[in-house]
Amino acid sequence: MARIKPNGDKPLFAPEASANVRVVVFLLASLALMTLDQRYQQLERLRDVLSTLLYPVQYAMQLPFSAWEQLSRNLASREALVEENQQLKQKQLFLNAQLQRLAAIEAENRRLRMLLESSVSIKERVLIAELLTVDFDPYRHQILLNKGRSHGVYPGQPLLDQQGVIGQIIHANTFTSTAILITDPNHALPVQVNRNGLRTLAVGTGKFQELELPYIPNNDDIEVGDLLVTSGLGGRFPRGYPVARVTKVEFDPGSPFAKIVAQPTTQLDRIREVLLVVSDPEPEADSMRVGPYKAP
Amino acid sequence: MKTIQRQGGWIILCTLLIAFVLDSIPLPPWLDHFRPDWLSLVMIYWCMALPHRLGVGSAWTLGLLQDAARGTLLGQNALAMTVVAYMTLKTYRRIRVFPLWQQAWSVLLLLLVKQLLLVWINGVVGYPPRDWWYLAPALGGMLLWPWLFIILRDLRRHFQVS
Repeated sequence: MARIKPNGDKPLFAPEASANVRVVVFLLASLALMTLDQRYQQLERLRDVLSTLLYPVQYAMQLPFSAWEQLSRNLASREALVEENQQLKQKQLFLNAQLQRLAAIEAENRRLRMLLESSVSIKERVLIAELLTVDFDPYRHQILLNKGRSHGVYPGQPLLDQQGVIGQIIHANTFTSTAILITDPNHALPVQVNRNGLRTLAVGTGKFQELELPYIPNNDDIEVGDLLVTSGLGGRFPRGYPVARVTKVEFDPGSPFAKIVAQPTTQLDRIREVLLVVSDPEPEADSMRVGPYKAP
Repeated sequence: MKTIQRQGGWIILCTLLIAFVLDSIPLPPWLDHFRPDWLSLVMIYWCMALPHRLGVGSAWTLGLLQDAARGTLLGQNALAMTVVAYMTLKTYRRIRVFPLWQQAWSVLLLLLVKQLLLVWINGVVGYPPRDWWYLAPALGGMLLWPWLFIILRDLRRHFQVS
């Protein structure tokens, strides 16, 4: 051990040697952290602390953007507002008309389900969250939301907007949360073709306009223009929300699976607000991820 | 024995904070590929100018915060930052006396090391690079270096950061 000098103004080691030792220590520490984060997902606490530290900075970054939005809202002309109001009224009329039908269909659905003695609730509670204008690593399709664990967000919670599925929460911090989009290369989503109920997986490609359906055999019934909806398998996403539309189907006789590309129904690079679906207070998918399945 | 005077720590903190903001501020899509790694640039500058103040430890901490800010694997940027800081500390005596353009080349090399480490780790965890654009941030950083260097040097001299 090196001796500590009483006056303390000399470093313990000569600077060079100290840097050598420390660099090894820190490299090992980063390797350990990465392994823990990737393999065991046990660093949520640390991530929470770090993002709480970062929150003031991110909040401050948000201010000029929201100020600009406020300004442009305040300066909107009267005619534009009147016109928008009119449009919204028409839209509401239209939606209300559709909703009347929905009520009847919902009642019918409940009756049929009662006949089948299965109970699935159709109504879901939602929480609205806004995106924070923060750019992430370009390889990962992730977004930062302004609602966190203190608002009831939990990991695995599905995200929607008015046009379809967006993604799911991966990290719920105290004040913010991170969500992964369905187009992230590491994301796969159980879907089914709305026309005939064919089930498959939609895998992200890393491009905002493309999802891949890699597991459909060459002889299956799928066409360009087919709507893909969530199948509800996997227990994360509620059933029946639109995900994507098939844009390309290529049958290659040489390979067992067809090459199928679909385009998400939402403009994933242009979202501003999202709906967080509250399905259960205790997501069962989470216990599956953390440990082996325990019989009740 | 003369003790080393330390002052102006708040300037270092402020520049790092600004670098943090610039690091994750949204850019127009055409510029997004070239988004320079502001935090690394500022880190390299302070490691070079004041190697007794900032070292691999502070680099690692900053990298960890950058990981949290960018949503990457925790430890990924920390590792890359540590390596960059270490290389800077090993070569600062040479780089410091280079003319500006030559310094910019050295910085490009340091930033390339960082990008390659990041790409390598990203590839391991399932985000392989799609094209060669991942090298662009290093280029952006190099083009920015002379200006950043002059600004930071003037700040350091004006506030007598040591």
